Amino acid sequence: MNSAFRFTSFLKLVEGPQTLGKGPKFWSGFALVLLAACAYPMFADSYDVGNNVYFFNWLFMAMGLSLIWGYGGSLSFGQTAFFGIAGYSYGVLTINLGDAYGLTLISLLLAVGISALAAAILGYFLFFGRISGVFLGIVTLSVTLVLERFMAQTAAPFWAIGKARLNGFNGMGAMPSLTIPWPGGSIVLYPDVTLYYVTLGLLALCYLGLRILVNSRFGNVIVAIRENPLRAEMLGYDVRKYQLGTFVIGSALAGLSGVLYTSWGNYITPASMGMTAASLPIVWVAVGGRTDLTTTLVGSLGVLIVFQSLTIYGSQYALVVMGVLLVVTVLVAPRGVVIALISLFSRGKPKSEGEL
Amino acid sequence: MALLETHQLNKHFGGLYVTGNVDFALQPGEMHCLIGPNGAGKSTFFKLILGEHLPDSGKIFYDGKDITRDKPFERIRRGISVKFQVPGIFKELSVRQNLTIALQHHVAPRLLKEEIDRLLEFLKLSRDHMQLAGNLSHGQKQWLEIGMAVALKPKLLLLDEPTAGMTPDETFATGEMLQALNREGMTLLAVEHDMAFVRQIAHQVTVLHFGKIFAQGTINEIVADERVAAIYLGEVDA
Repeated sequence: MNSAFRFTSFLKLVEGPQTLGKGPKFWSGFALVLLAACAYPMFADSYDVGNNVYFFNWLFMAMGLSLIWGYGGSLSFGQTAFFGIAGYSYGVLTINLGDAYGLTLISLLLAVGISALAAAILGYFLFFGRISGVFLGIVTLSVTLVLERFMAQTAAPFWAIGKARLNGFNGMGAMPSLTIPWPGGSIVLYPDVTLYYVTLGLLALCYLGLRILVNSRFGNVIVAIRENPLRAEMLGYDVRKYQLGTFVIGSALAGLSGVLYTSWGNYITPASMGMTAASLPIVWVAVGGRTDLTTTLVGSLGVLIVFQSLTIYGSQYALVVMGVLLVVTVLVAPRGVVIALISLFSRGKPKSEGEL
Repeated sequence: MALLETHQLNKHFGGLYVTGNVDFALQPGEMHCLIGPNGAGKSTFFKLILGEHLPDSGKIFYDGKDITRDKPFERIRRGISVKFQVPGIFKELSVRQNLTIALQHHVAPRLLKEEIDRLLEFLKLSRDHMQLAGNLSHGQKQWLEIGMAVALKPKLLLLDEPTAGMTPDETFATGEMLQALNREGMTLLAVEHDMAFVRQIAHQVTVLHFGKIFAQGTINEIVADERVAAIYLGEVDA
């Protein structure tokens, strides 16, 4: 009885002061969107469906950045480092281990674990060294750029781990896709409808899990640290541990993005950790509204689709538009476009906790 | 045994000695005010007690234990709490959330709501509990921060100019609030400039001047001390 009560209380955290949207109206809307997303493959070509999984792949990193930056107040400019670490780790592991017996799923877990471990080591020095503000951004950006440069010079044959050649600037390819062992034949998650549903399910799970996390006691503290770290410390919280925990969780999500992307395209390159790649998540999350998971999710998906559409006309042109979008957002709607629109539509109502 | 003691506490920044050989003792249950002209070292002394600054030499004892090298959050967990001069609240969060964050550390979830409601009433903030803390009046912000500091149920509450910027009515109400806390057994150490407020609450007063203890006594003794009046008017050198 007691554990049932605890479980119910735990689930109730899915809505709370740290997340926009609550009550039957919001959850009906959520269910409708999920239903529409589930129904989409029935009305679209499976090739397009598989291609569009690309957009979902990035959203895990976006939500992770929202957690670290939007909720925790620490701007990490180098989430792509963990994306790349996990992507390359998945490649190395699966090329060596193969795709039988669910080993790709174990590789996924290991690769995400490796990125989380890398984040824990880097984060330890950052947060226990009391590095914050713009310096945190500089260090994390430097880390991802160093990794990019390092991986770009691994073209020589001796840059290999077991059977896996790192391949330098050209990137690592030919790793197997995620494969689910199944009676009667394994299910290989090629970019098609099955992968779409698996990624969508993971996305919904992570979104709801993160909602619970940010409305929990842990979430309360990370928001408090964003608002006033000294006060948070003077309430007895070891701020450094909370910042590190947030950084590791957010970076593990970037790692998940890296694995899903690598498995989806059977390919990962050093450019995925470069300057452009590192900047884009900042744009997605800032434009959507970094202080909330839902606005981050909606905004990031929107910006990703716009960016991809513009890329058809020229990638440099699309990048300029992204830069302009970021500047305009910072100047006109610093809390994010989606949040600004919600505020506009709910004008006149009291703007307090949980009202939006 | 004193609740808080400092032995020969020293702190300097470059060539500037802001705290010099301070021997200070605070008895349990006392309401003690720290006064002194600007630059006397009051805030630095507070920061040394809190662990925001580490002393160059000397020791700090709390409840008989040496806390000189403890981290700030470790000192808080031992039973010290603080209210800053500029309200240290979470402005973008509601009043209720502010108190939740302060209380959740040591109050069971099932008792949290009841405890928050009790504090809101004590702070006269019940009507504004869903208001963003940043939207409160200055006096209410000060009260909210006192509430957050008190929520930890500390043995020792440090208050850095708790009535700064308050109206006389708010100042008096704050004094009554602090007296109520003291009656419940809380020891208070406040840095304050408002002598009417000091007179209202202080059992003992310590005057700091150029980082050193200049005078100690009851408020009447301090007010009667001509040397204290002189340092405020700038007639006595260190």
